[in-house]
Amino acid sequence: MEDPRGDEQRHQPPPSLWPVGFAVGIVCLLVGLIVSWPAAAVGAAIAVVFGFLWARDVVAAGRGPALPGPGEPEAAPTAPAIPAHKGEAAMPEPEPAERFPRSVFLEMSTLGLGGIIGGIVTVPAIGFAVLPAFLKQHSPEIDLGPITDFPEGQYVVATFLRNPSEGEISRRTAYIRNNGMRSGTPSFTCISNRCAHLGCPVQPGGPVFDSKKQTVKTKNGEVDLIPALPAAGFICPCHGGAYDQEGNRTAGPPVRALDRYQFLIRDGHLVLLGTYSVSSVSGSGAQAKIHRYQLTGPGQHIDAPESWLYPVQPPH
Amino acid sequence: MARKKSDRRRQLERAAMYPLDWLEERSGLVGGVRYFLFRKVPGDTNWFHTLGSATLTAFLVQLVTGVILAMYYKPDPKSAHASIDHITHEVTLGWLVRGMHKWGASVFIILMFMHMGRVFLFGAYKYPRELNWIIGVLLLATGLFEGLTGYLLPFDQTAYWATVVAININGTAPFVGPFLASLLRGGAEIGPDTLARFYSLHMLLIPGALLGLITLHLYLVIRLGVTSPPWSSEAAGSGRPPEPPPAQAGLVRPRPRAAVKGRPTE
Ligand code: HEM
Ligand code: FES
Repeated sequence: MEDPRGDEQRHQPPPSLWPVGFAVGIVCLLVGLIVSWPAAAVGAAIAVVFGFLWARDVVAAGRGPALPGPGEPEAAPTAPAIPAHKGEAAMPEPEPAERFPRSVFLEMSTLGLGGIIGGIVTVPAIGFAVLPAFLKQHSPEIDLGPITDFPEGQYVVATFLRNPSEGEISRRTAYIRNNGMRSGTPSFTCISNRCAHLGCPVQPGGPVFDSKKQTVKTKNGEVDLIPALPAAGFICPCHGGAYDQEGNRTAGPPVRALDRYQFLIRDGHLVLLGTYSVSSVSGSGAQAKIHRYQLTGPGQHIDAPESWLYPVQPPH
Repeated sequence: MARKKSDRRRQLERAAMYPLDWLEERSGLVGGVRYFLFRKVPGDTNWFHTLGSATLTAFLVQLVTGVILAMYYKPDPKSAHASIDHITHEVTLGWLVRGMHKWGASVFIILMFMHMGRVFLFGAYKYPRELNWIIGVLLLATGLFEGLTGYLLPFDQTAYWATVVAININGTAPFVGPFLASLLRGGAEIGPDTLARFYSLHMLLIPGALLGLITLHLYLVIRLGVTSPPWSSEAAGSGRPPEPPPAQAGLVRPRPRAAVKGRPTE
């Protein structure tokens, strides 16, 4: 009769304190990632050392000699469970199975053909589910109407449909300021309201003159223009991120400045193109120097070493 | 006369049992269900052991109410919120079914955590049940994802912006984050496809995954048996009678092989 404890004990790792040290290291590493890099490095070192000791113990225990169960008979302790209704006695001696080349061929061709048929069905299905998210991503042109509707030196809250065929779901907001002329060409500041923390809509920090709302009919349907005075810059309702009037981060969790729209002026109309990301802006208005990067999702660093975490961007 | 009556009775019983016997003979299902319902568990299990079944019940409630909601819900940005309004205020008992689904979602998640706490505090994750803990972790992650996708469906301001933030949090994961976010949105921007995508995940893919994982989870619970509480005199590792009487041994630990001849129930 086999002692049921035999199996159990063989699989139990010995009691050990290493996992505790390992856990402390991981915690230190995670906290360090937020508060300081040296602390993170120390944590990583602790975790590696204790993880190694732990792994060494576990491996050593696994290699140790099998405990002979008290009065154990011939049954091999590692053998698979015997079907209950047969019992040990009924089990035939396992023999090295004879293999015939033809049956191997049939097995392989069944598996191979099955795999190919499965692939033919699943690959297009998965492609259909995944690829549309990455292909044909282009930014439409957004016509905001005549530039004469944007008084010089004043912010206007522009609300429009990015893609009228998609309807309300594509409604977006931009903060637009006419900076006047800069060496003969009109200059505009076109800030996206998408917070650089996690994408909530930032609000102007100051009065919005709803009574002076103006609705312009353009190729993009109706565009609402509301003058505003964001004296305190822009403020995010979600987690308190704050930006100055150029979109530079001044407080809170955002990792960079607000994104901006590219624009062009065609037939006297202001036309917004795609957006790009901005690490910071020095100077202001027409003289601003914009540190410009490829469009990147909210919360992702674009200039510090943290930006190494996002080496490749999907098409925007 | 008494004998005649009992004959009659036996006949009746046989007639009543006939469908079950028919099923059993062809599928073995009756025996299987009976094995599941009447399998042995340790004598000192307590109410905390019911948390897993409570979680299962909450999940089943979500399945049933969710199927009913799907009959009235329209996963289209233009009509989603209106259809939720319709369910809440116009469809007979719609408020009840929606309320059950909405509150039940939180109950399900809370119960999952309580069940996990019980497993942790009882040390029930130890050998040989580590795999069931791992399946449990997958269940937890999948269950939370079910909650995330469901949260967008009412399509009001809360739902929309919470989902924007949630997608962007995913986007900040190192390396794969930006791709995950695009995958969730179904594009570079939230658009008309995003809602339908979340709906499909919420009502088809994730519940299917949950059902599969729950099946594996319960298979392992039945195969390995339920643990005694840590204070039990029979707790694993703390010395036990050499030949435990079957009624107490239950399925907690393998009985000596020779004794496991027939089905251990009945
Ligand atoms: C959909 C969610 C889940 C369902 C429906 C479910 C269901 C169950 C049921 C019915 C049991 C039987 C014993 C008991 O009720 O305590 C059980 C046991 C167990 N569950 Fe879960 N569970 C879920 C999630 C989890 C999670 C999140 C974990 C941990 C990460 C987990 C780990 C375990 C383990 C290790 C056992 C074995 C405990 C023992 O044998 O005493 N489960 N589960
Ligand atoms: S989303 Fe703006 S501060 Fe978090």
